Amino acid sequence: MKQITLRTLCLALLALLTFAPMQAAHASEGGGVDVEEIVLGHMADAYDWHITTWGGKHISLPLPVIVRSERTGEWNIFSSGEMTEAIHHGAADYKGFYFNEERNGKIYERMPDGTSVRPWDLSITKSVVQIWIVVFVLLAVFLTCARWYKKHDVRRESPRGFICMIEMLVMTINDDLIKGSIGEKHYRPYAPYLLTVFFFIFVTNLLGLLPVFPGGANVTGNINITFFLALCTMLAINLFGNKEYWKEIFWPDVPIFLKAYPLPIMPLIEVFGIITKPFALMVRLFANMMAGHAIILSFASIIFITWQVNAYIGSGLTVLSFVMMLFMNCLEVLVAFVQAYVFTLLSAVFIGFAHPEHESHHKD
Amino acid sequence: MESLNLPGILTPDFGLFFWMMIAFITLFVILAKFAFPTITKMVESRSNFINESLQNAHEANSKLASIRTEGENILREAREKQADILKEAMATRDSIVREAQVKAQAEGAKLLEEAKLQIEAEKQKALREIRSQVAALSVQIAEKVILQQLKDEAEQQKFIERILDETTK
Repeated sequence: MKQITLRTLCLALLALLTFAPMQAAHASEGGGVDVEEIVLGHMADAYDWHITTWGGKHISLPLPVIVRSERTGEWNIFSSGEMTEAIHHGAADYKGFYFNEERNGKIYERMPDGTSVRPWDLSITKSVVQIWIVVFVLLAVFLTCARWYKKHDVRRESPRGFICMIEMLVMTINDDLIKGSIGEKHYRPYAPYLLTVFFFIFVTNLLGLLPVFPGGANVTGNINITFFLALCTMLAINLFGNKEYWKEIFWPDVPIFLKAYPLPIMPLIEVFGIITKPFALMVRLFANMMAGHAIILSFASIIFITWQVNAYIGSGLTVLSFVMMLFMNCLEVLVAFVQAYVFTLLSAVFIGFAHPEHESHHKD
Repeated sequence: MESLNLPGILTPDFGLFFWMMIAFITLFVILAKFAFPTITKMVESRSNFINESLQNAHEANSKLASIRTEGENILREAREKQADILKEAMATRDSIVREAQVKAQAEGAKLLEEAKLQIEAEKQKALREIRSQVAALSVQIAEKVILQQLKDEAEQQKFIERILDETTK
């Protein structure tokens, strides 16, 4: 079942891949191809959802901008399309707001004294829309699954097809990963959180690989997202850690000079560890997803760079680049799963550390 | 942070963080309340049920096996008994036949004996009749002879004396 899904996914990616270069081509109408601009621009968050550029016209989905004006203190809600249109027609700003190109095109406000400040910005950006799409996909999938169980007698029949696949995935994560890492005794309260994290990351990663709407936003390759997830894991580890765990941190079984006088070096290291564990989670997920996107976009850029040299090199390298992109996309499907798995696994392992068993403590 | 111009994906962005928090917490609350516990609980109850069923099936199997051996034992005993009964019946039949034969022989012999006795009696009776007939005949014959011979006196005397002699002797 899963193999078939993967194969269809790969085929879909192959078909959709042709769109990505088209988009990239128009980003470089000015002449030379600015690879850094293309790659970072495609990975960055945006106030509209760019779909394609056709005949020099940008076709994109305008998204709502929600900003709090620093001058008046009022919240402004308007479509990003209106603002782009106004600025495109020569206006310096729209209601005092403008896209600051020096700050990644974020909305800044011009103050009366000539300075510009970053206002409170709760805009529904591309990444936010992508996150909500993922949320609705997950809710649809798992509530359908849960409803099946409510409607059927599990003692009489087991699910088939899609629900069976979802059940298999959920139980694999639940039994092998969560129960195995935290331990039979304590895993139950953490299972829903870890399952949510796993499926959120997994689906976000997969949708991020699709080059067009409703996917394609680089969400898990954005530090804000991974920061939030790592923060959740840090809270889950430390808020419910038992006495044993805190004793291990502040009063471990080491000679006194290591933990109290002259310098409490072990507690210092352990306290630092509270921060570094989730920090590693944050950076790992961010860097892996970012790198995958960057490599695929770079291969796409190769096509346009070489076509500018001449048609022969261009066509030759297009084939090579296409094959490499295809390979990278397949690899990224694997990475999408592996990174979700690793994030959940390490979260579970760290939560397991916060609940040391008495037996294992005595063995030490 | 302001002086560093980091790429967009590395720049802290409160808006994105805020919406991520809202979306993720919504997702977590709904899934944790309605989806995952239901799924895992149901799957666990099903696996428990399957385990129980397996155990029950195992017990039932062993029970069935013992019942089968018991049945086989009963069958074997029944067969043995049947064979015994048949053997006995055959022996009884043989003995009955033999007795009947003996009885029949004895009966036959008796009948034969009776027939012989009867024949003997009939024979005696016949003989007696013949004898009496012969006696009557001889008396008649003798009468006639005597009637002829005793025409003269002397001869009558002589004859009477002779008969007297014969009978008195």
